[in-house]
Amino acid sequence: MGEIIVEEKGKKGGKRQAKKHSTRIDMTPMVDLMCLLITFFMLTTAFSKPKVMVITMPEKDPKDKPENQPQIAAFRTLNIVLTEGSKVYYYIGLADPKKPPLPELVKTDFSKDGIRKILLLKNKDLFTKIAEYRDKRVTGKTVVADTTADAAIKKFKKEDNKGPIVLIKADDKAKYKDIVNIIDEMAICNIASYAVVDMSPVETEMLKNAPK
Amino acid sequence: MPKIKHPARSPHIDMTPMVDLFSLLLTFFMLTTSFRPQEAAPIETPNSVSEKQAPDNDIMTIFISKEGKVFFTFDNGKDTSTHFRSKLLQKMGEQYQVKFTPKELDKFSKMSSFGMPFKNLQAWINATEPKERDKLQVGIPTDSTDNQLAWWVRLARITNLNAEVAIKGDAETNYTVVKKVMDLLQENKVNKFNLVTNLQKDEVSMKDVPK
Repeated sequence: MGEIIVEEKGKKGGKRQAKKHSTRIDMTPMVDLMCLLITFFMLTTAFSKPKVMVITMPEKDPKDKPENQPQIAAFRTLNIVLTEGSKVYYYIGLADPKKPPLPELVKTDFSKDGIRKILLLKNKDLFTKIAEYRDKRVTGKTVVADTTADAAIKKFKKEDNKGPIVLIKADDKAKYKDIVNIIDEMAICNIASYAVVDMSPVETEMLKNAPK
Repeated sequence: MPKIKHPARSPHIDMTPMVDLFSLLLTFFMLTTSFRPQEAAPIETPNSVSEKQAPDNDIMTIFISKEGKVFFTFDNGKDTSTHFRSKLLQKMGEQYQVKFTPKELDKFSKMSSFGMPFKNLQAWINATEPKERDKLQVGIPTDSTDNQLAWWVRLARITNLNAEVAIKGDAETNYTVVKKVMDLLQENKVNKFNLVTNLQKDEVSMKDVPK
């Protein structure tokens, strides 16, 4: 018994020494490091993935003769000519030097009342159809999956035979963003058929005499 | 009067929950991170309403800087063991009669976008200083006499049959440069491509339709 007491005494002495050291570990450096690492990862992470706009160009075949090209109704054709300083010109119909008079270029811009107004006016039927369809989905009158809705809208666009056929042309002074903007307008206005094509020499000539 | 004894409070704050939270966040960020690939030139993309996400794999990207310099990159594919980049470089080497060592091929497969005449590519791969590397990035030649970009595109399509093409152009780039690239793609039977843009919402409703 006595021995045990002695032993306990010894233990007590040890405990007293241990009391000086706290059982807690100082975590501040660890927290500091973690903060630093979190900040690093947060800043380097690319969260928002870039978006893309899909564009399909008409096929280019050197064997294609001009007479084999699809004939499109002149009154449905809306030509958009882009040039320096984000200026937008448009004309309706065909510019054929053999068949004067040449159509006149009308100047407009990328604002809400600019080219969009003209596109919406031309594409009224199709746009209303698609907008109504979308509204029905938003209000919950029709419940369909996204893919079905996309297919339906695609079908509307395919069936459309009144809307404009937009030909987009840009001269050498146009900027890349102008082209992206105008293709974007096509998406906004639900234009069914559009294409980016080369500018003809007649149009270059017309552009020279266009209102500044 | 009995004295109210305040328990002696330690000046230490218990940081365990904080550390727990931080560990969690750190793990999350470490696992979800995909490092932003270093780009050869700063490019500010134009805005559009498109909400389609750019694909992660099977894509070749053509960068067009503000000055009209063209850069190119190609990914290794979803399954990294396919090593599309090394294969592409090997094919290009055969085309231009440049021999690459396995070490160079391996190093190239880990690098990002590049843009220089093919004869300088080896120097770019072996460069140790980032400054030296940047100096070599002068753009891929696209003129008709030696259209190296066309070969990159052509061989990349042979290497990875599912590869799509994306164009990442700066908003202020001249259209002529972009057109040159687009024409080149069309000549190589690429008629569908992705233009990389920033998302900017723009809604039009029925009210906007002019009467």
